[in-house]
Amino acid sequence: MHNKTLADIIAGLNRGEFSSVEITRHFLDRIQQLDGRYNSFITVTADAALASAADADRQRASGSAPLFCGVPMAHKDIFCTNGVRTSCGSKMLDNFVPPYDATVVENFAHAGAVILGKTNMDEFAMGSSNETSYYGPVKNPWDINCVPGGSSGGSAAAIAARLTPAATATDTGGSIRQPAALCGITGLKPTYGRVSRWGMIAFASSLDQGGPMARTAEDCALMLNVMASFDPKDSTSIDRPVPDYSIDLNQPLSGLKIGIPREYFGEGLNPGTEQAVRDALAEYEKLGATLVEVSLPHSHLAVPAYYVIAPAEASANLSRFDGVRYGYRCENPKDLRDLYMRSRGEGFGEEVKRRILVGAYCLSAGYYDAYYRKAQQVRRLIKQDFVEAFKQVDVIMGPTSPSPAFAFGSKGSDPVAMYLEDVYTIATNLAGLPGMSVPCGLVDNKPVGLQIIGDYFDEALMLNVAHLFQRATDWHQRAPEGLA
Amino acid sequence: MQWETVIGLEVHVQLATKSKIFSGASTAFGAEPNTQACAIDLAMPGTLPVPNEQAFRDAIMFGLAIDADIAHTSMFERKNYFYPDLPKAYQTTQLEKPIVGRGHVEIELADGSKKSIRIHHAHLEEDAGKSLHEGSFEIHGHGMSGIDLNRAGTPLIEIVSEPDMRGAEDAVAFARKLHSIVTSLGICDGNMSQGSMRFDVNISVRPLGSDSFGTRTETKNLNSFKFMEEAIALEVARQIEVIEDGGKVIQETRLYNGDTKKARAMRSKEEANDYRYFPCPDLLPIVFDDDYIQAIRQTLPELPDARRDRFMDQYGLSHYDANILSGDAHVARYFETAAGGDAKLAANWIMGELSARLNAEDIAIQNCPVSAEQLAGMIARLVDGTISSKMAKEVFDAMWNGEGSADDIIEARGLKQVSDSGAIEALVNEVIANSPQQLDNYRSADEAKRPKMLGYFVGQIMKASKGQANPQQVNEVLLKKLNELL
Amino acid sequence: MTIERADIEKLAELARIELNEATIAETTKSIADVLALVDQLQAADTEGVEPMAHPTDAVQRLRPDVVTETNQREAFQAIAPVTEAGLYLVPKVIE
Repeated sequence: MHNKTLADIIAGLNRGEFSSVEITRHFLDRIQQLDGRYNSFITVTADAALASAADADRQRASGSAPLFCGVPMAHKDIFCTNGVRTSCGSKMLDNFVPPYDATVVENFAHAGAVILGKTNMDEFAMGSSNETSYYGPVKNPWDINCVPGGSSGGSAAAIAARLTPAATATDTGGSIRQPAALCGITGLKPTYGRVSRWGMIAFASSLDQGGPMARTAEDCALMLNVMASFDPKDSTSIDRPVPDYSIDLNQPLSGLKIGIPREYFGEGLNPGTEQAVRDALAEYEKLGATLVEVSLPHSHLAVPAYYVIAPAEASANLSRFDGVRYGYRCENPKDLRDLYMRSRGEGFGEEVKRRILVGAYCLSAGYYDAYYRKAQQVRRLIKQDFVEAFKQVDVIMGPTSPSPAFAFGSKGSDPVAMYLEDVYTIATNLAGLPGMSVPCGLVDNKPVGLQIIGDYFDEALMLNVAHLFQRATDWHQRAPEGLA
Repeated sequence: MQWETVIGLEVHVQLATKSKIFSGASTAFGAEPNTQACAIDLAMPGTLPVPNEQAFRDAIMFGLAIDADIAHTSMFERKNYFYPDLPKAYQTTQLEKPIVGRGHVEIELADGSKKSIRIHHAHLEEDAGKSLHEGSFEIHGHGMSGIDLNRAGTPLIEIVSEPDMRGAEDAVAFARKLHSIVTSLGICDGNMSQGSMRFDVNISVRPLGSDSFGTRTETKNLNSFKFMEEAIALEVARQIEVIEDGGKVIQETRLYNGDTKKARAMRSKEEANDYRYFPCPDLLPIVFDDDYIQAIRQTLPELPDARRDRFMDQYGLSHYDANILSGDAHVARYFETAAGGDAKLAANWIMGELSARLNAEDIAIQNCPVSAEQLAGMIARLVDGTISSKMAKEVFDAMWNGEGSADDIIEARGLKQVSDSGAIEALVNEVIANSPQQLDNYRSADEAKRPKMLGYFVGQIMKASKGQANPQQVNEVLLKKLNELL
Repeated sequence: MTIERADIEKLAELARIELNEATIAETTKSIADVLALVDQLQAADTEGVEPMAHPTDAVQRLRPDVVTETNQREAFQAIAPVTEAGLYLVPKVIE
């Protein structure tokens, strides 16, 4: 039952093969039995899930079932859920129960989805290994000594372990694609502005974008059909019709031009990872696509630019957590300064504090031009690289991350080593482009992800490109041992 | 040494929009604490701002009224600092590309001279909430302040002048003129006691004739013209004294207390704030084309200077009276409604009795218990002679106390003036007959002294008529009778 | 660019974050490492490049001036650390 994809589940429910309560209970039981090992959920909403599953079954019986009616799934704990604790992986929000829903949460509620719970994540989405969560690290189902990637590591691990068929996630510098790659699942970061950010707790507002995670491209298309919307409550949401992402999944790929950026195959790339990606590209040639070498000459500046812009925005976005209106407040503050200093000093973890301080530095008097303004200029150069490349090709492909899942603690106390995990994913966030990761191989029995980068609002083409690969290969069907 | 004062103003004007600048919460004044603070105003996690178009329309109107450049593309920055009345710990404001660019405002001084004050720019931003210190909150033995965020997110325009003012008179005239402009435009209710306009005054002094600036201080958050005048006088005197005593003025932020008439430097300003401004990533560039701006220009109402000229022209008012009555949009509107009967009388009443009463009871003219229509009705009865000026005062009091229209009150109190010439003649004859001594005095007096002696007779006649005789008629008849008796 | 403990303390004050005495040296070093990484930007030729604040070229939509929010004080203050008489309480604010 838990090996069913979203598409299988929707079909099964429609045919009456099983009820929503049955399948929901199945996943809840699995979470209860197995998640002690993976720690992929922060909160499991079993009672509410079963109640809404029962509602869904009644609704289906009455003959009017929306797309996701009774379909179980999970939300990353960054999306505000009315009446359900939304922690963002932080002690700061351990007690935070929002009285409102994120637009993404609302969209899935309207579509009839059943929410199993909230998935674990790096604190405030700052991390690439899920080691910064206040709720403890998530374990990679392929190897519990290894990280699942981050920040959406909980969503990715839960899907890989078949604890949920799908989950929402967010991506600021690779937080959907990198954990998808490390956990052997499929994940899509849409074009900036495609998915509403309302109710999605901000890390870096000009980079954050919500997106789907599931086992297949077909399921990601189903998810995106619900998730994407124009939202008047988000000024950066784009007022543009949402296509049906499922319609063109099977369009043939003959004539497709795939750009291969030479900068994505250089130093630092694990040879096994490189081989898996090259094999995938060969598969695409078999499917009728042409490979074209392209250059993204400013790629090496993406990580430095990102680690100015993201911390700068975060330093302001996270200032609201001050112990006054919600969230963690220190004991017995002796004065106002003490309230701020200790609530924030005790409520935030080390990585979050580090990024806030870096952000404050880059914006402070005398450094703004050298860091923030410079990074914004480089950001434009990086975007222009892609604009040029997309004049020649339809999609760009390369590795999602430099190597497969690494062991806990192996990046040590050096934040820079961790930051380089996102060396191939960060540029698309800076440019606002959509990016995807699909499973394309195993190295030492650990998954490798193929990254597919599309032009603005070309999600339908990317899903088509990914789906045909998944029709031709079975990497996305591989499961960690014992979990199939 | 002779000193010259240099003043620049930063003026915060609360816009009279219904909803806040970035949220759909109400901006109404005086609600229960935190009942008008929505998730966005409270900076709840995941909430996002969407700007209110009216705030931009208002700002553009102001820009057009001061002949300023309007930015076709403007943007918002975040200004970062921690304060409990600032829920996001940053204020969304405009720095690089404010909506209103350079402009100017003409002021007129008491001696009739005019001056042009340059406006550096005006930008849109959000107001903060309020910290209430008066409460007796205490936790674990520590005094607490209460935070009310109803005001958080109320749209403001901050108008920044150049340092073109040379003393309190300039500054107050400029402040009044801005008040006049924004109320005329209808973009601000102008209610100073509710904080609708607040002034930060940058003050420095320099030797007369010098063209460099001295070190300035900023006295923040003055919310009345009177306090502004007092605060400037105090600060100028302080700075001169510091310098003359061989000291140096320190650049600092000061607070003036209007009750104690004292000012002090604000604490915790020893280190300059580093606000770390940067473009707000939640908001996109705001773009207006020429058509949009032109359409707003078409809707610009009459501005104070044009209105003053019209008042002089249309109602025959003096420059002085026209200035007073045209300055405040509410006063101007009141005047024009009341002027139906007799413009000059209306002007006198508004500048005299009415404004005295409003001042005494601290009521804004838009909340005046006597409506402009009521005043016009009373003036009509004055003009047609139904009541005397003295009676009018009584009628006005009664109207103030809510007893109805002038006609109702005249009727109810029997205040009709006696204008029947027969009745007045009888009264005159009676009083003359009863005052032989005064009559003799009158007859034997110098002609030049006689007019002064009429008072006695008039007083007696008015008394006999219980104040209802038409004084003008009494005068006429009395004079005629006395002359006959000479 | 070298960064020292005093710089970190100043930033922590700006950001209102109390630093742990035990880890401040490590924090300083790791921030120095991050700043060394971002210093690679200095080598980029950005002459004449317009800074880019948003990934898309969209312009701001504006909202009509309508009151859409109702009083939700009870719900909001139910999750607040300390309130009294409808106010959020903080240690005394001294201006």
